[in-house]
Amino acid sequence: MSPEILRLVWEATLDTLWMVAVAASLATLIGLPLGVFLATSGRGELFAAPAVNKVLGFVVNATRSTPFIILVVAIIPFTRLLVGTSIGTKAAIVPLTIAAAPFIARLIEGAIREVDGGLVEAARAMGATPLQIVAKVLVPEALPAIVLSLTLAIVSLLGFSAMVGAVGGGGLGDLGIRYGYQRFMPDVMAIVVVVLVVLVQLVQSTGDRLSRRLNKRLRHG
Amino acid sequence: MTRPLRSDDLATAVAVPRADGADSAIAFEAVAKIFPARGGGPAVRALDGIDLAVAPGTILGVIGRSGAGKSTLIRLVNGLETPTAGRVVVDGTDVTALTERGLRDVRRRVGMIFQHFNLLSSRTAFDNVALPLEVARVPKAEIRRRVEPLLELVGLSDKRDRYPAELSGGQKQRVGIARALATRPTVLLSDEATSALDPETTRSILDLLSSINRELGLTVLLITHEMSVIRAVAKEVAVLDAGRVVERGDVFDVFTRPRHATTRSFLAAETGHALPPFLRERLRPEAAPGRPTALRILFRGPHATDPVVSQLSREFGLDVNILSGSVDEIAGRPFGTLVVSLAADGPTVERALAFLQARGLDTEVIGHVA
Ligand SMILES: Nc1ncnc2c1ncn2[C@@H]1O[C@H](COP(=O)(O)OP(=O)(O)OP(=O)(O)O)[C@@H](O)[C@H]1O
Ligand SMILES: [Mg+2]
Repeated sequence: MSPEILRLVWEATLDTLWMVAVAASLATLIGLPLGVFLATSGRGELFAAPAVNKVLGFVVNATRSTPFIILVVAIIPFTRLLVGTSIGTKAAIVPLTIAAAPFIARLIEGAIREVDGGLVEAARAMGATPLQIVAKVLVPEALPAIVLSLTLAIVSLLGFSAMVGAVGGGGLGDLGIRYGYQRFMPDVMAIVVVVLVVLVQLVQSTGDRLSRRLNKRLRHG
Repeated sequence: MTRPLRSDDLATAVAVPRADGADSAIAFEAVAKIFPARGGGPAVRALDGIDLAVAPGTILGVIGRSGAGKSTLIRLVNGLETPTAGRVVVDGTDVTALTERGLRDVRRRVGMIFQHFNLLSSRTAFDNVALPLEVARVPKAEIRRRVEPLLELVGLSDKRDRYPAELSGGQKQRVGIARALATRPTVLLSDEATSALDPETTRSILDLLSSINRELGLTVLLITHEMSVIRAVAKEVAVLDAGRVVERGDVFDVFTRPRHATTRSFLAAETGHALPPFLRERLRPEAAPGRPTALRILFRGPHATDPVVSQLSREFGLDVNILSGSVDEIAGRPFGTLVVSLAADGPTVERALAFLQARGLDTEVIGHVA
């Protein structure tokens, strides 16, 4: 394999990492509060707003049920408006973020709902405000599950980022399509797959380890 | 002293000195709580016409069966639940009139402990106790100054950096108690705080609650379904049945003279109220020649150690056969029960009963031994 190809793989890997990192951060910024709100705004809950909850839930479901590739194409005007172009790594971040945010929101919602209601009751009995309950009880208690959720989201984003390659998104997917497929270089395709597998493994094991470290429920002695 | 139960007995037992917010730490005034019908189910009348006051610095035990409304009652005190009717006054503040913000202030003056402890698994013992102070925005240095002595008070100084998963049930409840005391409340609410603990641990937690009540002068409202818990800590008891207070009074009086069927059934397992099975099987309601009369004698307070059996047999030339008995202490006062059989005819039994009653003892014919 030529050094030229290896250089291309290295650059594509950095592109992918950059896209996923930025998209994951932005999606978390949106998905975390959204997920917390979804988990606490039902009838009789901390921030009870059942109507808003229903609307947001619907939007989240609609986004999640749109196939990713269609989402990418459908929001091209919006992407162009935001970053000035519809191709390349920067442009890919927009659909990646939009796809990941509701996914993260649902995962976080689930993690928050798993927190024992007795803890919320205890916090209310202490005189905690709803925001204090979120910041001091719900999020810290759900943290191990939240870390696992984000790990899952990052792994999914790695897959999606390879898919935006098919529409000129840059990164490993782009490399695989252009060299491995269009120029028929199966070794490039193979390297791309191996790099993705290694990245997924790294992310997953790091997430697992962090989550376990944060989980004080499992401690013994 | 045995006399037929009159209907106004119940009224005097239930009608507490009219709940007056000013001199009670907690007062329920004509409180009702109805949970509206939901999802096809009927509305639930969880509490109905509750008038109940707790004097400052005392421990009131509330006992009732599952579903009697105990948790609903205690949750009204710190506004976790709002009554459908009536008022709940805590330390002179009508909590039912407060907004959520006002309630938060009251909640800092009312500590609460729970059956399942409700400690944050992500926080150490120290940080769990610190939580109510963080919530009240107490400065860090001050938090440190206040948490250490609390951990000491509950005997957990050496566990300060342990997570709940590393503590036993009893230790967790001690952390829960320290946490409840962190904001220096005047009232402590305890909802089945020992129900998840073994008898010995229960005992130590109840001792801790007693000493807190004594030393800090805290008013305690304690909910339980076990008479033994009431007996160990409470001075006064209220019996809740289907959302109503059916009996209320001094623990010793209620234990030794239960009036309501629910109270009796709670006491069945306690001192002398349950008959041993062998005896129960042999008891018949009807008298017959040759069937000795079985008698329950209650010894209360100063009479608990009177030698009445020997007096009885000397006075009437009777054979007094002891079937079962016990002497115990309730709320610090001696209390005994004795079940005896008298081999005598009706008139002699009547005279024996009169003799016992003249000595201030409660007696009850419980049947005839076949
Ligand atoms: N949020 C609620 N919505 C509807 N019904 C309720 C609610 N909370 C309690 N109830 C009902 O009110 C009644 C009293 O409940 P409560 O929890 O006060 O009983 P409890 O005496 O504490 O019982 P336990 O000993 O089992 O804890 C029950 O019939 C219960 O089903
Ligand atoms: Mg209950």
